[in-house]
Amino acid sequence: MPERIMFTMGDIACAEGALSAGCRYFGGYPITPATEIAEWMSLRMPEVGGAYVQYEDEIASITSVIGASWTGTKAMTATSGPGVSLMLEAIGLAVMTETPLVLVNIMRGGPSTGQPTKGQQGDIMQAKWGSHGDYQIIALTPASVQEMFDQTVQAFNLAEKYRTPVFVLADETVGHMRERLVIPDEKDLELTYRKLPSGPPEEYLPFKPDDDLVPPMALLGSEYQFYATGLTHDERGYPSDKEHVQIELITRLNDKILKNADDIIDLERFMLDDADIAVIAYGTPSRSARRAIKDARAEGIKVGMLRLKTIWPFPDDTIASLATEVKHLIVAEQNLGQAYYMVKASAAPTPVHLMTKPAGMPQLPHEILDKIRKVDSI
Amino acid sequence: MVEYDKPAVAIKEMLKRDQVLSAGHRMCAGCAAPTVVKLMGMALRGPTIVCEATGCLEVATTIYPYTAWEIPWIHVAFENASAVASGVIEATKAMYAKGNYAHEHVDVIAIGGDGGTFDIGFGSLSGMLERGHDIVYMVYDNGAYQNTGIQRSGGTLPGQETTTSWAGKVEPGKRQKKKPLTEIVAAHKIPYVATVSPGYQRDFITKFRKALEVEGPAFIHAYSPCPRGWRSETGRSIELSRLAVQTGIHPLYEVIDGEKYIMSGPSKRLKELTPMEEYWKTQGQFKHLFKPEWEEFRKQIQVDINHEWELLKKKCGI
Repeated sequence: MPERIMFTMGDIACAEGALSAGCRYFGGYPITPATEIAEWMSLRMPEVGGAYVQYEDEIASITSVIGASWTGTKAMTATSGPGVSLMLEAIGLAVMTETPLVLVNIMRGGPSTGQPTKGQQGDIMQAKWGSHGDYQIIALTPASVQEMFDQTVQAFNLAEKYRTPVFVLADETVGHMRERLVIPDEKDLELTYRKLPSGPPEEYLPFKPDDDLVPPMALLGSEYQFYATGLTHDERGYPSDKEHVQIELITRLNDKILKNADDIIDLERFMLDDADIAVIAYGTPSRSARRAIKDARAEGIKVGMLRLKTIWPFPDDTIASLATEVKHLIVAEQNLGQAYYMVKASAAPTPVHLMTKPAGMPQLPHEILDKIRKVDSI
Repeated sequence: MVEYDKPAVAIKEMLKRDQVLSAGHRMCAGCAAPTVVKLMGMALRGPTIVCEATGCLEVATTIYPYTAWEIPWIHVAFENASAVASGVIEATKAMYAKGNYAHEHVDVIAIGGDGGTFDIGFGSLSGMLERGHDIVYMVYDNGAYQNTGIQRSGGTLPGQETTTSWAGKVEPGKRQKKKPLTEIVAAHKIPYVATVSPGYQRDFITKFRKALEVEGPAFIHAYSPCPRGWRSETGRSIELSRLAVQTGIHPLYEVIDGEKYIMSGPSKRLKELTPMEEYWKTQGQFKHLFKPEWEEFRKQIQVDINHEWELLKKKCGI
């Protein structure tokens, strides 16, 4: 399909991004403020020959996505915090079985039912640590309608490349704002598909990784026999209670993300080259920060921004190096401080200041500007 | 065994009760759910606690900083009203036994919409029924996830258009049948199951009181028109509640101990079912069914309803 231009909301851009990435299965369940993604998918999937299926709850939605992915279909679901809370067990299952899938969380006010129609960035740590056990996750944090499209495509590419669940973590403001969206010509999109096994089926070891630590993935119904399980398993896929199998497996599952962090992490440097102060932000607050930085620059304050387009794996090396170039860091996020603790750990001993607002209205530019002025006067 | 048409208290006494839901709640114009709750309130017999799943009724009756509820009320998550209610009733008993609670008996009512009952709360409901907790579970069934903007649920009717079961040239709205929830609940062989409609108030109140009076779990399936989602006139909700009974899509009956089926007066008195066209034409969500391409689909729905109706009559010995 040739390039198209829409004036639309972030949720719909996300759905269109998924369709452009080749997603042909959506397991849905209604939840504010992510429902528009399901609604749009229910309308569009039949047009592209895919399937939209609504389930009885979020647990069923995401586990259906795991099933769909194993048939070879790019598959996703979308929800908000309370839905993610129900999906946590399945996220661990997808990590353990190395199932590519995309999970969109349009973050609303929490905990619990919270403020369904208001935004927050309260699920940053949930995305990382929500399921039990040691594991790594990939989470992308778009800040515009266009990025909802672009980063959903990217999420599918990463999910397929690393055989892992990938979060699109957008706050409600990004999900519901309306902006211009350019959907590129499909031949201009770079799409990734999982590695399939190629050797003789009788020699296939379903969880034997290549050098990139990712094993080729056989599909249900193919000539390759396999056994996928949430139990700790060896290269053959067979469950094992042996200590070395557990250590080897979870170390590899962690390493395939951490050792490829440079490939995964996407950051934007804004006016940082000569900065004394660096603002760290992602999602909607980064939009306010951009304006605040321009205003502060007009006042002669040397400030810039490191915008996190990827929040997990956390760009701790970049922040550690940035912390040696600036005198202060400010973390502006729409919660009571979550990425803040990661920044603090990476930036020490450079002081890190927190600028939070755990509510529906994100930090306004003048509020961030005030914070920049205060930090500048220290 | 509960005998039909014999409420423990005369209806005129029940009508004297204070309302459980005050004026000023923010349910949509014409929504039947507040009427359902007010009718429920008339049947109450003493101290009562309501546990409510997420849904329109929960949101719109309790918009901060107000609540329309005049009795103790707790909002729980979407999927677990029955489990929370189980905890409440167990704890009140235990505390009373220790002398830490004022009431020897508290009636506990759990309420959910069709999404919270047919779908996400279904496992929790089944668990409560199996455990035999003395709770009345009431579903107010408005046929979709109206709170999040009209998505299909297990309670959505075939042919109904929602924002996740679109109607058009290739699809007639929802293709699947409605989950036979009342039958599934009855299959747990609990003491009392009844369907009610806010269009038949005497029948409603009588049944709810019986549900409270039986020992063990009871289930009330209340039909609840939603003008916003159904694209129906706000002044016609009670009429639609009756039409749902007259067309046979929500027949009124009771099931005692999962075995004895009793057809209720408003359904029993029907000489024949009103054709579904009369119901569909009152609602924009069914307007596509009148297009020629959906004639067969439309006819099949009527065939299915007639079949279910005959089956129910047989169960009721009519």
